[in-house]
Amino acid sequence: MSAKAEPWQTAEIAGPKKALLIMKPEVVVAMIKRAKRSVLIVGHLATETDSEKGKMIDYAIRLNKASGIPVVATAHTVRDFVKQGFHPAAQMSAMDIGNRLKDPTWSGLDGKGPYDVALFMGLPYYMEFVILSGLKHFSTNLKTMTLDRYYNPHASWSFPNLNVEDWTQSLEIIINKLGGK
Amino acid sequence: MHVKAKELKTDVAVVKDLEVSIGKIVDDTWEEPEGPTPFPSITDLRDWDFKLLNRYKPFYLPFCDVCCLCTFGKCDLSGDKRGACGLNMAAQQSRIVLLACCIGAATHIAHARHLVEHLIEKYGRNIPLDQGGLNIDVEAPVTRLVCGIRPKTLKDVEEALDWAEEQVTHCLSATHTGQEGNNIDFESKAFHAGMADQVGMEIADLAQISVLGFPKADPEAPLVELGFGVADVKKPTILVIGHNVPSSVGIIDYLTEKKMMGRVEVVGICCTAHDLTRYSPSAKIVGPISWQLKYIRSGLADLIVVDEQCIRADTLEEAQKVKTPVIASSPKNCLGLENSTDKPANELVSSLVEGKVPGVLILDTDKVGEVAVETAMAVAPKRNRFKIIPEIDEIIEAGKACTGCNECIRACPNNQPIPEAMKAAAEGDLNPLAAILEECVGCARCDSACPNDFPLHSFMVKAGEEDLTQEKYMMRCGRGAIQDVEIREVGGPIVLGEIPGVVAIVGCANYPDGNAAVAEIAEEFARRRFIVVLSGCAAMSAAMVKDEEGKTLYEKYPGGFEAGGILNVGSCVSNPHIAGAAIKIASIFAKRNLRANYEEIADYIHNRVGAVGLAWGAMSQKAASIAAGFWRLGVPVIVGPHGSKYRRMLLGRKDKKEDWYVYDARTGDKVYVGPAPEHLFTTAETKEEAIVMIAKLCMRPNDTTKGRSMKLTHYIDLHKRYYGVMPDDIHLFIRNKMDIPITMKTEIQKILEETEWKETRIPDPTLLKRMVRKRG
Repeated sequence: MSAKAEPWQTAEIAGPKKALLIMKPEVVVAMIKRAKRSVLIVGHLATETDSEKGKMIDYAIRLNKASGIPVVATAHTVRDFVKQGFHPAAQMSAMDIGNRLKDPTWSGLDGKGPYDVALFMGLPYYMEFVILSGLKHFSTNLKTMTLDRYYNPHASWSFPNLNVEDWTQSLEIIINKLGGK
Repeated sequence: MHVKAKELKTDVAVVKDLEVSIGKIVDDTWEEPEGPTPFPSITDLRDWDFKLLNRYKPFYLPFCDVCCLCTFGKCDLSGDKRGACGLNMAAQQSRIVLLACCIGAATHIAHARHLVEHLIEKYGRNIPLDQGGLNIDVEAPVTRLVCGIRPKTLKDVEEALDWAEEQVTHCLSATHTGQEGNNIDFESKAFHAGMADQVGMEIADLAQISVLGFPKADPEAPLVELGFGVADVKKPTILVIGHNVPSSVGIIDYLTEKKMMGRVEVVGICCTAHDLTRYSPSAKIVGPISWQLKYIRSGLADLIVVDEQCIRADTLEEAQKVKTPVIASSPKNCLGLENSTDKPANELVSSLVEGKVPGVLILDTDKVGEVAVETAMAVAPKRNRFKIIPEIDEIIEAGKACTGCNECIRACPNNQPIPEAMKAAAEGDLNPLAAILEECVGCARCDSACPNDFPLHSFMVKAGEEDLTQEKYMMRCGRGAIQDVEIREVGGPIVLGEIPGVVAIVGCANYPDGNAAVAEIAEEFARRRFIVVLSGCAAMSAAMVKDEEGKTLYEKYPGGFEAGGILNVGSCVSNPHIAGAAIKIASIFAKRNLRANYEEIADYIHNRVGAVGLAWGAMSQKAASIAAGFWRLGVPVIVGPHGSKYRRMLLGRKDKKEDWYVYDARTGDKVYVGPAPEHLFTTAETKEEAIVMIAKLCMRPNDTTKGRSMKLTHYIDLHKRYYGVMPDDIHLFIRNKMDIPITMKTEIQKILEETEWKETRIPDPTLLKRMVRKRG
């Protein structure tokens, strides 16, 4: 795993406050376990991104089953979840969920209060980049983490740029350590 | 000039309260009373803006953590930090939005100024303005609404242009260090710049339609040819690029005068192409903005004429590579060329033909016409379609030499798998490169990034060359304004909700599969009997898909402003015809006064006219100001994924019930109307999401039960089709049980029971307390 923290899209420079690198998948596990309330946002690229072991959407479902983290499906991603017999906690546009996450008074998907950790996967890189930036600057008690295989500097935590093999291996470790299959 | 004197004493008399205006004839034949905001200042509509911005609050999306606009900086604005000037991140982002809107507005207004001055110089100041003959009585609805004047001749628009230029200067000045400090006030000024932009654009199109004889509100404007393969390659070919048409008109006029029409091909890219086909249907369109580089490199143009806006900055360098001379014709885009306006035409022609200079700057449209035609005729046999598209062997060799460093894919705005395609090319398989060309927006950032200096974009063009040269479609040329009689026919059904919405697809469709996406969206809504209006490059993109019978949308659907119509209004500066249609609904159908009555009309449109804008691809600052003009009118705008980089969305919160109350103008009561429309500016991540969002954002508080029921049918049907599930917010849009689509009654009633839904009444909706009729 390379430790080079360069934005995947070369010109997407963040500024002084950059994402910390997830050098070990255990960091993600620790963050999820430590979080009081976390949420997973899954964009449409999760339905298109293949690895030998499956699509990103499969990892999202397994992560949910292992950790109980509610899933927000953006755009038409919900269709593919439902096809697999999985019902996300909500379908919402990426901007809508971003806008709610920045609001410390939002009562969450279940009415029980705001979230302290938001995990992202499957959004277009540059769109996730600006939403993470919005949250970095305007949310109060939220940590963000991208589980995509590209370094996205506006997150609180991000993987470095990874090849598919290293990335899926990391996701497998995370799911296993959270007690999932 | 305007002189005002409280008391003037002379030898013969004492005159009190004297006012003299020189240089302007006041229109005292206009019976319509003047509204509260003629020629509004940057704060006159601030209260209205604040009403909208209180409901649709900004969600800021900074590109980076810093501000680098002055020499105190860079300043780190992350978190709750402030810069050396005291500005915080929210204000900085809104400042950037305002800057973008000022740039866009200035561009259109300067375009209008140039066009008007040019036409006055050539045809005189008293040329009458005529957008549609007897079919249009309410000419220039935006200018009437904003400025409170009714321009009748070319000279009459100068006053409105003076105002627009002044407003943009004020708005721009607010972005200076130490000026505006509040983000919502920056937003209000961005709306103001957008409104001034609408005036500028309207004047530009009004002037060129009137004087140059473009189609006048014609639903059956001629069909014209479009596509990479439209030009007859046996003839000398002139390529025009840009937005401001007079120099291209000069070419057509010269060909006509010399009886040379048919001997030279004149093709265009971007909005100049739109407007040229409105002038002469014998002109042809190559394609939208992103077709520039591949056309130039293919060597098909024997001469290139550039005017202004959206032209690649490296046009001259790229043209030199294929030995194509360039004529720059706009003071805004001189390309470093010598100003040769005063030189004899034959001297310029020989300089260009002999290659003594790569290009010339000519700021005289007639001379551009002569030099362009004569040069193209003489250069064509010498150039012999010289191109720099590589041969297949070169691509295979490059594929073998490619190290797979990923710099190209990391530079690509759309993450196209170029390294994998190069790997396949090394094995002799060029199909992946051809597939990328289908998705490519032609920016060539991959070329710039490649450490081996491989011309990757040219590799793609070669790989897809066969399909590219076959590309030929039909598009209806820009029709211009909407007729008053069309508004009379559809005004009622739109306001009552029985025509489910007006979908305006504008801007550029620079996105992978952008042409197909735009065409699909347009057809989806036309089939559902919405009115679909297009302009600019999006109007071209929608034409670039054929059905099984080889027909494009423009050949299949009527061009009238009617349910199921697909209309091309024209170029970028034709956008105000779309806003104008909404404004004219208030005027013609609802008999509201337009004259300087902006706030009331915007309130009317926001609450009653189910119009939604969509701008799908990556775009410039002009799209920001165009959108801002619609925001102030209360019309929601959706952008594609790259539009998220405009750095700010204006989002409603449907979960906050308190945000969705209006006054009932009949009683003064505050009534909950649900989140209609839910957002003023948002991003759709996918084409599917855009489709569902459009249907939803067409709902308005004023919808009748029949209208709302129809709109809900479309929203639910599309949601189920594209998302596979029922929407989770239907209960927010049902006011009473008559709203429920009849075929979904059981299903929806169950949802209403689960959500503890309560019936509400349908008000006469307004956000303005002063519009309440009951007093006391």
